[in-house]
Amino acid sequence: MFDFSEITTWIDQFLRTYLEPWGAVLVEGILVGLALLVTYAIIALVLIYAERKICAFFQCRLGPNRVGPLGLLQPVADMIKILLKELIVIKKSDRFLYELAPFLVIVSSMLAFGCMPFGRGLLAIDFNVGVFFIMAVSSIGVLGILLAGWSSNNKFTLIGAMRSGAQMISYELSIGVTMLTVVVFAGSMQISEIINQQYNGWFIFTGHIPMIIAFIIYLIAGTAETNRGPFDLPEAESELTAGYHTEYSGIHFGFYYLAEYLNMFIVSGIASLLFLGGWMPLHIPGWEAFNEIMNYIPSVIWFIIKTAVIMFIIIWFKWTFPRLRIDQLIKLEWKYLLPIGLLNLLVMTLMVILGWHF
Amino acid sequence: MSDIEEKIKKIVPKAVVEEGAFPLYVIPKDDMPALARRLHDDPDMKFDSLAALTGVDWGETLGVVYILDSTTTGKRVALKVQTSDRENPSLHTVSNLWKSAELNEREVYDFYGIKFIGHPDMRRIFLRDDWKGYPLRKDYDAAPEINPIPVTNEDNSDFTVTYSQNPDGTLKAEQRRIFQPDDYVVNIGPQHPATHGVLRFRTALEGENIKKIDVYCGYIHRGIEKLSESMTYPQTLHFTDRLDYLSAHQNRHALCMCIEEAMGLEVPARAQYIRTMMDELTRIASHLLFFATFCMDLGATTAFFYGFRERDMILDIFEDTCGARLTMNYNKIGGVMADIHPDFCRKVKEFIKIMPSRLQEYHALFTGNVIARNRMIGVGKLTLEDAKSYGVTGPSGRASGWACDVRKLHPYAAYDKVSFDEVIMTEGDTYSRYLLRLKEIEQSLHILEQLVDNIPEGEYAAKTKPIIKLPAGHYFKQVEASRGAFGVYIESREEKTPYRLKFVSPGLCLVGAVDHLTRGAKIADLIAIGGSLDYVVPDIDR
Repeated sequence: MFDFSEITTWIDQFLRTYLEPWGAVLVEGILVGLALLVTYAIIALVLIYAERKICAFFQCRLGPNRVGPLGLLQPVADMIKILLKELIVIKKSDRFLYELAPFLVIVSSMLAFGCMPFGRGLLAIDFNVGVFFIMAVSSIGVLGILLAGWSSNNKFTLIGAMRSGAQMISYELSIGVTMLTVVVFAGSMQISEIINQQYNGWFIFTGHIPMIIAFIIYLIAGTAETNRGPFDLPEAESELTAGYHTEYSGIHFGFYYLAEYLNMFIVSGIASLLFLGGWMPLHIPGWEAFNEIMNYIPSVIWFIIKTAVIMFIIIWFKWTFPRLRIDQLIKLEWKYLLPIGLLNLLVMTLMVILGWHF
Repeated sequence: MSDIEEKIKKIVPKAVVEEGAFPLYVIPKDDMPALARRLHDDPDMKFDSLAALTGVDWGETLGVVYILDSTTTGKRVALKVQTSDRENPSLHTVSNLWKSAELNEREVYDFYGIKFIGHPDMRRIFLRDDWKGYPLRKDYDAAPEINPIPVTNEDNSDFTVTYSQNPDGTLKAEQRRIFQPDDYVVNIGPQHPATHGVLRFRTALEGENIKKIDVYCGYIHRGIEKLSESMTYPQTLHFTDRLDYLSAHQNRHALCMCIEEAMGLEVPARAQYIRTMMDELTRIASHLLFFATFCMDLGATTAFFYGFRERDMILDIFEDTCGARLTMNYNKIGGVMADIHPDFCRKVKEFIKIMPSRLQEYHALFTGNVIARNRMIGVGKLTLEDAKSYGVTGPSGRASGWACDVRKLHPYAAYDKVSFDEVIMTEGDTYSRYLLRLKEIEQSLHILEQLVDNIPEGEYAAKTKPIIKLPAGHYFKQVEASRGAFGVYIESREEKTPYRLKFVSPGLCLVGAVDHLTRGAKIADLIAIGGSLDYVVPDIDR
């Protein structure tokens, strides 16, 4: 299996031969940032197209099919349109916070995006508290949403922001608990280490029932974290017109739109990292030939397939289920998901201590 | 002398009977509260539903015609109360007995300037607060200079007025607050995805909970009743399609029936059958649209497309025969405009064959969904008494256990020749209102099944004179429209045009119940309740 770190070490050595160490780090930082930005934008465009096609399929429609072959250029056209749109200035809004809010949201999702293990050795940040870092940066996003709702000086956005605050803070607990379950099992918070641990089988297979429960809870809480249906209360269009981003236009709105899609990608990426082995191919202990064949499939493909499957499930949720009510949403988290998650964590801890696993 | 007449004469000796299509009892103004109370409460009368409340300007006098229904005995009585004081007219309110009178009396105040003593909220309802004059009075001056188009914002007053009567007969106004100064008031509407048109709810919130809702109507008020007074009877017909545009055939059917009855015109059997089938197709189409929009209100966007897919099949059938998909203009006085299209029966049969399986699909997609059930079951409960008092008819009323189907109570067209069940549920919550409509689709299919092969041969319209004049008198006719009993009240003075034409729309009563149903509920429940009541705004505003 190809290790991308060969390329990165080669670039590193190449730069260091010509530059001071700090200069090399600076150039590398800029290169990684650019690469991430480009990937971020491309993935967003692909996702927008994919969701529109999938949702059209669910709804007996054709979906975009006018711009380019099969409508493939539709998201590009949409992007150009949103870039050209006027940024409407709202009177009586808190100007500074109003303009800051979308950046907070996009920055938080980009930071979390940087932790995605795209392939073997293809990881921008890999340090010993990687999972903890993902959790920390992805929770900055809620700040942006709260500020957006508050600074727009609109009653609908305020209600949307409050809903969002309640929802994201609640569901972050469940995400934290399920992540902790995996960390307990893996014995490490480092992303590369968690993936390497799954060499002999993904955690969802080796982790017994507690891991499956954790996976389901993570999937539900993760969908809620992305503010997508059936948990799209903060922007419930039939109740709050558009929720917290009602007053945003142009690229400011585009940032929210982008962040929503990328958050879906991030949540799915983390799910595949924690439960489905990230870029790790499917290995079955003892089946050496099978494992060898699996290794021929590049690691990037493995990661993208796993993430795409989970994203498809999340999209499927959205286009099938009606929306929950705020009290039902909070009840689901605090009465069911969190207690079950905590109990599950306890069971997992006992299992690890007593060594009842493969 | 009928039984009821005797009783009324006993309570109000001064009552006078005006004969006509049905007897109209003229009651002196100050005897009305006592009589209304007796009619409402007496166990042998129990007129617990107000079918219509219509303001009329008789020239010398201004007044109101009440049409009351008893849901226990099935009897109907019509009262007329008038006042000769045109400068400062006032009548006693009946909104303490029949809640549906609340918005209707505001409408009468808006158009005739009659103040209702004791009414809790005597404001205009359709027109602006600063409107000068009362448009439906015969001496109204419609000169545009009097009410120029405003270019400034209209401020909403948080106050309303209640009138009480001083011992000397003059009125005393008492200001009352609608919203408290520290209420968090949000405007839901007039431009809002969930109001199904331009309707505005001023909603006082406490966090996510609703404290009070104040309904603002009139954003698409077109003055259809006023316009009709200057049009000949055939000309008035086309307005009906533009009231509740999802019950176009049924509304027009009601007006045609009322005029035909007044003329004493016999409608050919073929026309009756076609009308019945068109009514039922309209009902299915309307309920499908309800399913689609209601699911979308609750966030299930995919179901929206499912509902529209089947509704389009019906619209195709309409298009073949009527030449239009929304405002069909199909019924006419004496029958229908044109014979059915040769493909009509085939397409209806195809539709009948497909629809049951599609209903199964709806149930699988939405009805059984646990989130959907939690959103609907137990939300917005309307008791049977409240349904009658608020005048909530149609599927919403039947979901509360009220057998209010006009097709069964006063069969018209071909409804006495077909067998079908009146679907009734007793829970009165959003879920039963939703489920009942899907079950009504099944019954409508059943009706269509019985009629489609048995359309009699013959004329599709009776011959009428080019100029239609109705004999002097008053006429009232109801049909079961898609969302409730739709009534037409005509007062004629033997002219080419109606002296007074009132459309009694089910929508106004439905929207009148929203505040009652949403007290203490969540914002999301308001959307679910509003969606399940399924009001259509042009029907409210007329």
